Formats: sequence, structure tokens, C-alpha cells
Amino acid sequence: MDAHLAVRARGITKCFGEVVALDGIDLDVARGRIHGLVGPNGAGKTTLLGLLLGLAVADSGRLEILGTPTGRTFEDPGGVAGFVDAPGLYPSLTARQNLAALAALRGDDTRSAGIDDALEQVGLTDVADDRTRGFSLGMRQRLGLAAALLARPRLLVLDEPANGLDPAGKKHVHGVLTRLAGEGTTVVLSSHRMDDLEALCSEVTILATGRVVFSGPLGELAAGDRELAYRLITSDPARAHRLAAAAPGVRLAADTAGRHGGEALVVHAPVPALDALVAGLVHAGIALRELAPVVSPLEAAFLALTEPRVAESRDTRQREDDAIDPRRQRAEAQPQEAGQ
Amino acid sequence: MTAAMTPAAPGNRTASRPVSVARGYRFEVVKLVSQWRVRLLVLACWIAPALFVAGVSEQSTLPTDTLFGRWMHATGWAGPLVTLGFAGTWALPLLTSVVAGDVFAAEDRLGTWRHLLVVVRSPRRIFAAKALAGLTVILLLVAGLAVSSTVGGLLAVGDRPLVGLDGRLLAPGDAAVKVLLAWVCVLAPTLALAGIGLLGSVALGRSPMGLLLPALVALAMQLAQMLPLPVAVRLALPGDAFVDWKGLFTSPAQLTPLLIGIAVSLVWAVTATALAYVLFLRRDFTNPADDGSARRAVTAGVLPLAALLGATVAVVAATTTAQGSGIEQTKVERSLATEFAHLYRMQTRQLHRPAVTEARLRATAACGKAGVQDGARGPGNDWRCVVSWHLPGVAATGSAVYQLDITADGRFVADGDGPKEVNGYFLVRTPTGDAPNPLWQFDGDVDLLSTSPKG
Repeated sequence: MDAHLAVRARGITKCFGEVVALDGIDLDVARGRIHGLVGPNGAGKTTLLGLLLGLAVADSGRLEILGTPTGRTFEDPGGVAGFVDAPGLYPSLTARQNLAALAALRGDDTRSAGIDDALEQVGLTDVADDRTRGFSLGMRQRLGLAAALLARPRLLVLDEPANGLDPAGKKHVHGVLTRLAGEGTTVVLSSHRMDDLEALCSEVTILATGRVVFSGPLGELAAGDRELAYRLITSDPARAHRLAAAAPGVRLAADTAGRHGGEALVVHAPVPALDALVAGLVHAGIALRELAPVVSPLEAAFLALTEPRVAESRDTRQREDDAIDPRRQRAEAQPQEAGQ
Repeated sequence: MTAAMTPAAPGNRTASRPVSVARGYRFEVVKLVSQWRVRLLVLACWIAPALFVAGVSEQSTLPTDTLFGRWMHATGWAGPLVTLGFAGTWALPLLTSVVAGDVFAAEDRLGTWRHLLVVVRSPRRIFAAKALAGLTVILLLVAGLAVSSTVGGLLAVGDRPLVGLDGRLLAPGDAAVKVLLAWVCVLAPTLALAGIGLLGSVALGRSPMGLLLPALVALAMQLAQMLPLPVAVRLALPGDAFVDWKGLFTSPAQLTPLLIGIAVSLVWAVTATALAYVLFLRRDFTNPADDGSARRAVTAGVLPLAALLGATVAVVAATTTAQGSGIEQTKVERSLATEFAHLYRMQTRQLHRPAVTEARLRATAACGKAGVQDGARGPGNDWRCVVSWHLPGVAATGSAVYQLDITADGRFVADGDGPKEVNGYFLVRTPTGDAPNPLWQFDGDVDLLSTSPKG
């Protein structure tokens, strides 16, 4: 195995009955990186994270975690921590008691397990002695992260850790994950929050219907000739509009004034065409006050890469259902025939 | 802030230690004890029985429909036995429901299975830890009921002799040993219910049925025990040991039904726990939708237990002499005559008459049921008996009439029907104060498994 990889998966397939959750997944996650996992609901993210945590084994394929091939369910590769679905907390215990019980379960001395430190890192010191029954989702997520920190993991697996986080909570979580990655811990996290992933991750894997449709550095998503929407605010909107309309490779958005205000100009363009437009604006003496993508490159790539596949999967299922149930076809055809 | 935690060194391959059952057990106990519901139960079990027994002992009306209830004014040892009777009917099934019925289902409700498995990484050890923790709490609750009711009785009434179910007077030391044994015996059916609770908790997941299963099973068994079932079926029910302890309070002790009941209960406890274990190990924890199903509960839970019931009925029927209801005329007559003789001696003492022995009394009874005078059998409140005895130095034979209400488990209540001077209601003076005539109404027990002497 490549020594710098924390996770190496080849041809991983996992089925639940007749449902194929993962279909020949290949994945490489380098040590000390924060790797994002995105995909539509039902794409297989949680199943993949479950495999990384050792909660299940793949039906076929090869998975190596921290240099160790995994072979059986609940095998402990050593140094893996995290949660899937939601952090496991006991509402009758306080935050501190939850962590202490967990540390004692692992065999750690609760006095030296770093409970206070973990609580401080995730910003829960003030509520350390409150029962978690009253905790919000964001607080539960942060306490779940603190619980994972107690294990001093080398691979941290988190399923949507940003759920329910307020800005302060997000800052704490981002800070912890960034620091951990800096210290050599590999973090694999799933999220539907593209802004979080872009802020945190150096690499992402996009899953759709159990397959990898992209895996690599975030920069690669923005590269190439994919057309993205950008919002421009200039010193002379009218002239800028005329220049953009005439620029090769640039399309003007239909309803620029409606959602983005009268001063803003929204264009669809690949990166080279956008560069040329910006140069043209400057050359024409128009000041560029703001330039930002309307949709983040990751979100745009996510939509571009997953929607056709999800729609195709939906169509395939529909065709299969129709083939299975010809009565429904006939029933659907009848109104049309009656209409004719 | 303390030094930030750092990840384990990359080369430290064996950084994580396997979680032992002992650590898992402590974890489970901490979780259970942290629940207000469990804390309240523990407090209630350690306080309420003492208050109940002390309070009832001060009342003029006693719970005479409960075994030993009529002796609560006479001795502190009646209190724990009254509590035991009540516990076997209601408290223990409900307590096991709340504890064992929820010990696995709680993780489903909280969605914490995966979290627990990531840390422990062994369903086997998790099962063992949870089962042991549940057992610990149940034992703590049972111990509370026993200790509290005993302390309450002894403080309120005192350490005095107890009248057994054959009328014999048990010295306080003997009574203490038998009370302790009775509570220990009841642990077996409690464990059976706990095993059923574990099975329900595993098989039914977060469904409320999992929590209610032990209570429902106990209720079904109580209903069954009220029916005139063949004695082999009765003894094969895991809840029978909840009432068999009464056999300890006769002389000789009715040990056979008690030991059979305990053995059956333990077999049920082991089988139900083993089924729960197998179901738990087969569960797919990666599938969030898999939290137990009714189909699995039936195929892996109900059917094997139904088969076990059939097997135990067959074994009990084949290995004992039990036939029919086990309540036969000759056994009723023998039990009643024996008890009458013992209580007659007690009455003689209380009335300061010349002492007489049971042997010299030569008490006998002639019983019939619903007009049948020969070969009467079965439970019912239509038994009528005439007890006869001989007084030393008196040629005439004394006789007294009793109406008997015999329940299907062999317990009977004898109600004196004259003559009034012998078994009517009047007060006698005892060292503890005035008390009803001991021959007026008394509880007894028919050994369902003893053989009737012929002829």
C-alpha cells in the first residue's frame, strides 16, 4: 500500500438486499488531509463512512485503512474514530459525564483523558455540566466531535458534522478539524454544505447512486472549460452589459436585475472567457468592484455531475417498474387513449 | 487550556485496547443509574415496602386475601411475605419490564448503536455487558423489596414467631431463614422474565411492545394460573415459582413443586437470553432500518419459547406423578386436619387451657365438594369439611365445620362454620395483644405433587 494514504479503496461494493449502496468505489485519501464526501441523498455516503469506521465490510473489493486491509465486521484498525448518522449521546448524562463514561469505556483514566480540553476545543466548556437532553443539534454535533477527539484518532470519520451548527459552532469545528489535519490526522467528512467543504477540504469525492463521479482536489472542479455563473459589480453597469453581450464565450443571465439588483451583472462563462471579459472591462476604463461565482465551483460541479446520473437512475428505475408492472402501463395509457 | 490532544503516533498501530466486558458493564451501569426512572425505582423499592408493611401493620384491617396477611399484627416476618406475594404478581414483572425490557431498546431509541459499536467493536461483549448490567439493577431492586419489607415488619411489629401454612409455629430464626429462601427462590422466575425482557428488547427494538413484553407474559401466566390447568402444565409455566415458595412454610416442606418451578424458570431464563443473544448477533447494524421486526420476533422469539413450553410440559408430565389439578380429597383432608391440630394447640395456649399434643388430638377431616363426598377433586370455593378430634379424658369426639376456598395453585382459605366456641369469631389474648381466634379463618396449602394415600 502507498504509505502516504490513510484510506485506499478499490472496487468496493456493498448491497443491502437488492439495493446497491456502493457500486465499485475507488477512493484514495492521503494522510493529514481533510477529504470531503458529497452526494445526493442515498448516494452511499453514510455506507462508505460506515465501512471506514468498521461497522460493516464490503461485499467485494479491497479496503485498506491506515495501512491495514479490513476483512471482517467490527475489526478495529486502530486509530479510527468518528460517527455516522449522528453522534451517540446519552441524554441522562451531562456533556462531561458522556465523555467521561466514554473514556472509561475505552480504558482511559478519566482525569487524564483530556475531557476538559476536548470540551474547550469544541466550545462546550460552559455547558459541560448540563445534561445533553437539552442540547441543540449543533451542540450535539460538537460534543460528538469532542467524543471522537478523546480517542486521539489518526483517521477521523464524520457524517455531516456541520448539521445544525451556528457560526460560532462552525468556527470551533473548523478550527479543530484544521488543527487536527495539521497535526497529521486524516479527516473524512460528509456534508451537504458546499461552503463548509470548500472552506475545509483539500480534496473531495462526489458520489452519485453508489458510484464515484469525481474524486480529487477542489481546484480541479473549477478548472477546465466548465461554464459557471458569475456576478459582477462594475462602475458602469450599462457599458459593462454591452461589453459582456459582445464578448465571445460569455452569456448574459436572463434575469440579472431581478435577484441580483440593478447594479449587478450576471454572466455564464468558462474561466478563460471570464478572464477575457475582465481584461476588456479594465481596458475600457470600467472599474470592477466585485466578482464572485453565483454558485460555488463545488456546488456547480456537484449539480452538473450528479443530476444527470440521478435522473438517469430514476428513469431506469421507472422503466424497470413499468416492466415489472405492465398493469400500471395499461392504466396510465387508458386516460390517454380516452382523451384521443 | 490544557495541552491540545494530539493524534496517536502514526506508528502506534496498537493504540486502541479492546473494550472488556467489565468496562462495558460499568458503562452500562452508569447509563442505567443515570436515568431518573431507574433511580426512582431503586428508591421506591428500598423505601416503599418498609412504609407499606409498617403502615398496614398499624391498621385494624389486614390484607387477609394475601398469604400471611392475617399474621401481620402477630409478627414482623409476615410483612416481607405479603410483599413477596404482591411483588410476584405485579412489582417484579413491571420492574423487569422497565429494566430488562429497555436495556437494548434504549440504544435504538437514542440512535446510539453505531456509536457504541465503533467504540466496543464486539456485539458479544456489548450483549454480555448489557445483560449483566440489567441483571445487577434487577437484583438491586429485588434486594430492596426484600430488605425494606423485612426491616419495616421487624421495626413495626417485632421479631416474633410466624405461623406456617400447616399451622406450625416457626421460631423467629426459622422464619428468617425461610423468608430469605422464599425471596431467593423468586429470583428464578424474575430471571425468566428478565430473559424474556431482553428478548423483547432485542427483537422488537424501539417498539413499546418490547418494553411491555415481560409484564404481558407475566399477566398471561397469572391468568393461566387462575384456570384449573393440569398440574403438569401449571408447573411448566415459568411464573409458577412466583407462588411455589409457599411450600417452604409447611412441614415437611413442599420442595418438589418449588424445585421444578425454579428449574423451569431457569431454563426459560437461559433459553430466552440465548435467543436474544443470537438475534442480537444476527442484527445488521449498518442498516438503519433494521431495528427488529415483528416477523423476526415471532420466528426467533415466540416460536422457540412456545416449543420450550411444550417440552417442559412433556418433561414435567413424564417425570412426576402429577395428574389432573393435583387437588384431591384425601390431600385436602390431610392438610386441613394437620393444620387444625397445630392451630388447636395454639388456641389452647392462648386460652390458657391444659396443653395437648397433636398426637393426642388425632384430628381427622372429612371433606366433600359440591355434594361429592368420595373422590372430590379440583379447585373451588364449594369444599366443605368436617374436622374431628379427640380430647384427652373426654369420651366424646369434637367436630367443627369449615368451608374451604381452594385456588388452582393449592392454596386454601378455611373459614370456620361452627361451632362458634371452636372456630367462630372471638378475640383471644396473645402476648402481642388481642387477636382473632386462630381456628376461625386460616390459610393452608395442598401439595399438588404429593401422592394420596389410598384406602
